[in-house]
Amino acid sequence: MKHARVIFEGREHSGTSHEFNGQQDAAVRLDDGRIVPQEQLVWLPPLAPTARPRTILALGLNYADHAKELEFKAPEEPLVFVKGQSTLIGHRQLTHRPAGVQFMHYECELAIVVGKTAKNVKRDDAYDFIGGYTVANDYAIRDYLENWYRPNLRVKNRDTCTPLGPWFVDAADVPDPMALALRTTVNGTVTQQGNTRDMIFDAPFLIAYFSRFMTLSPGDLILTGTPDGVVDCKPGDVVVTEIEHIGALVNTIDAA
Amino acid sequence: MSSAPHFLPTGTVYGTLLNFRAEVVALAAQMTQPPYKAPPKAPVLYVKTANTWSPHGSAIAVPATVPEVEIGASIGMVIGAEGDVEGFVLMNDLSIPHASFFRPPVKFKCVDGFLGIGPVLRDAQEVADPANFLVEVRIDGELKQSIVFSQLVRPAQQLLADVGEFMTLAHGDVLMLGCDLGRPLARAGQRIDISAPGFETLSNTLVKEAA
Repeated sequence: MKHARVIFEGREHSGTSHEFNGQQDAAVRLDDGRIVPQEQLVWLPPLAPTARPRTILALGLNYADHAKELEFKAPEEPLVFVKGQSTLIGHRQLTHRPAGVQFMHYECELAIVVGKTAKNVKRDDAYDFIGGYTVANDYAIRDYLENWYRPNLRVKNRDTCTPLGPWFVDAADVPDPMALALRTTVNGTVTQQGNTRDMIFDAPFLIAYFSRFMTLSPGDLILTGTPDGVVDCKPGDVVVTEIEHIGALVNTIDAA
Repeated sequence: MSSAPHFLPTGTVYGTLLNFRAEVVALAAQMTQPPYKAPPKAPVLYVKTANTWSPHGSAIAVPATVPEVEIGASIGMVIGAEGDVEGFVLMNDLSIPHASFFRPPVKFKCVDGFLGIGPVLRDAQEVADPANFLVEVRIDGELKQSIVFSQLVRPAQQLLADVGEFMTLAHGDVLMLGCDLGRPLARAGQRIDISAPGFETLSNTLVKEAA
């Protein structure tokens, strides 16, 4: 099942994906049974609120080709940074590009949503702790990169700069999360393509690795990194980050 | 003893590196060398994830592989509904000691329990100027560090402004003012008390990680 959280007619609803005019996922079936096309909804990140702020871990350089593109050798252990909850926005929202920057790029990423409390999980058991998946677009503004706790928060923790969604997809509906095609289009042109099979550190490894020193809680997120093919995006650009079986996350850049 | 529950944040907790002048002086020669290549321009922040939160009085487990942990005493500014500072809270920001600040310190700072949190939020109305804060760190009762918050690189209001330039601190988020150089080390079995005039003392005991 593909789950959404949306606002319709001023009220928040949960819902599930529904076809519309013969197009799969083009609408949401709201919790009250109404079927509403995507464009009539205000989309929230597709995750239920958590009692404590959710932990959002994000991987850098987790695809061999992207590491090469950025002139780094592939890491020997995960390069991970943490994001605050307030950087998240939903599907079909606006992301701000600051005035005067030279290079702001999307990053299409498979996001793992933790399903149950995970501590010292063995790699072989790791899938039992994954509740589902969604798509993250982990924007970066490279102008602000500094070599202190890099990638630093000014690059990676900006308001509006982490679109998430549209759907939370139950893990049971994703038979092989490590073989999903990813692609990004900018104004309809394909600019990034890859496959989750090319991750350096895969989903079960990451669950095992993090849960060795930190307890993961339901609703926590692991953004698993992005493949080769990031390009600069300008105000007005429509960026669609899409992962097979998970969803197509639409975002528009605007001037801050 | 008050029976009121101890304070815990409701938002994201951010820490600040290099916000004490002595930290900057100590690293000055390295700052222009690889991997840093230049001194930092924007505030250098990190996140203390919710799994690190240890209420006042609780035991904090030290991983079996770590002989000693670094005690980063600080004061956190708690953000109010209007984006103002609604109060201040003592913090014990533990780290596994690490020499490089090039990569985000997740495995050193986001270990379960690695943030002691003061028992009570001190109302911002009571605080004339955070630069007057004086914090003391005791290990098993012995004074190990005295921290003078007039020595900040970015005083409280400037830190808030410079962070606000790139991200909005939400209601309930916490931004720590920083941890001074000379952070003491402690090991399992030791008690850490962090105190400051006007604040209720924050105490935590380090224990061995359960096998």
